[in-house]
Amino acid sequence: MDYKGSETLAGPRPEDMLPATAAAAVKVVIVGGFGVGKTTLVGAVSEIRPLTTEETMTQAGVGIDDLAGIEHKTTTTVAMDFGRISLDERLVLYLFGTPGQERFWFLWNGLFDGALGAVVLVDTRRLEVCFDVLGRLEDRGVPFVVAVNTFPESPVYSMDELRGALDLDESVPMVDCDARSRGSSRDVLLALMQYLYTLTTNREMQ
Amino acid sequence: MIVPQRSRRDPYPERLYMVGENPEDRHRLDLVTLFVAKHEPERGMAPELAAILRMCEQPLSMAEISAHMRLPTSVLTLVLLDMVDTDQLEARAPIPTASLPDIDLLKAVMHGLQRL
Repeated sequence: MDYKGSETLAGPRPEDMLPATAAAAVKVVIVGGFGVGKTTLVGAVSEIRPLTTEETMTQAGVGIDDLAGIEHKTTTTVAMDFGRISLDERLVLYLFGTPGQERFWFLWNGLFDGALGAVVLVDTRRLEVCFDVLGRLEDRGVPFVVAVNTFPESPVYSMDELRGALDLDESVPMVDCDARSRGSSRDVLLALMQYLYTLTTNREMQ
Repeated sequence: MIVPQRSRRDPYPERLYMVGENPEDRHRLDLVTLFVAKHEPERGMAPELAAILRMCEQPLSMAEISAHMRLPTSVLTLVLLDMVDTDQLEARAPIPTASLPDIDLLKAVMHGLQRL
């Protein structure tokens, strides 16, 4: 029978359904400032149109968000866009884009628990946006690669200059990226997997 | 004439929320835990629960359920845990990765990405 009361809660389109054999999922987090292209990158490789999951922020925003005129509002909603790639009939990869600002770090606990690793998406026009993020990831021990999303009007720096400016360890991979391109965005994810592979084999040799 | 005034006990909780017996339970779920319905929606069920069962006919992650239901994950976690505990949903836990993932898992991920 039909349940008419919930028709507005549509659920996934038939073509977006996972096979019944999907047994487990892994996740990768894409971190970067607003407008750096996180959702563009997720959308470029995702098999579903990127979706949005929300979390409410309460005290974390007090004193930081401008509450003038809405003093009674003590909660703010933070949205995270994400996409999905079915890797095979059993394994699914989810990609979560999350803002890098310190006031959103409360989202990170559940997000990074069990994540394979992270991609830090960098916009060379606003390099300083990612400084805190890099420190936070290093502190948490999350393996990451840095992807430089090049915009037409971006200043051109060499990777060495960028590595110096970001004070990155020699071992951290840096890759150029056009977040609009499926191939380029896939290569960023492959660079992360290759890096994880190296880290894991190095550890096993020790 | 003075209107009688009901006096309330103070403090008086505006609302009372019960969030399950064991707060540790919440850590059993992850954004990428997959959920599968164990039966079809039943007549008279809350529409939200019926909607969750229907969308989980095939496996679906908590993140996707949250997006389709427009419910924040903090709230949805409680609903889903309850549905698992009452045997309405099966939860398929994500692959646990310690500090570094397993080689075979990485190979499977790379292989899948290369086919994109």
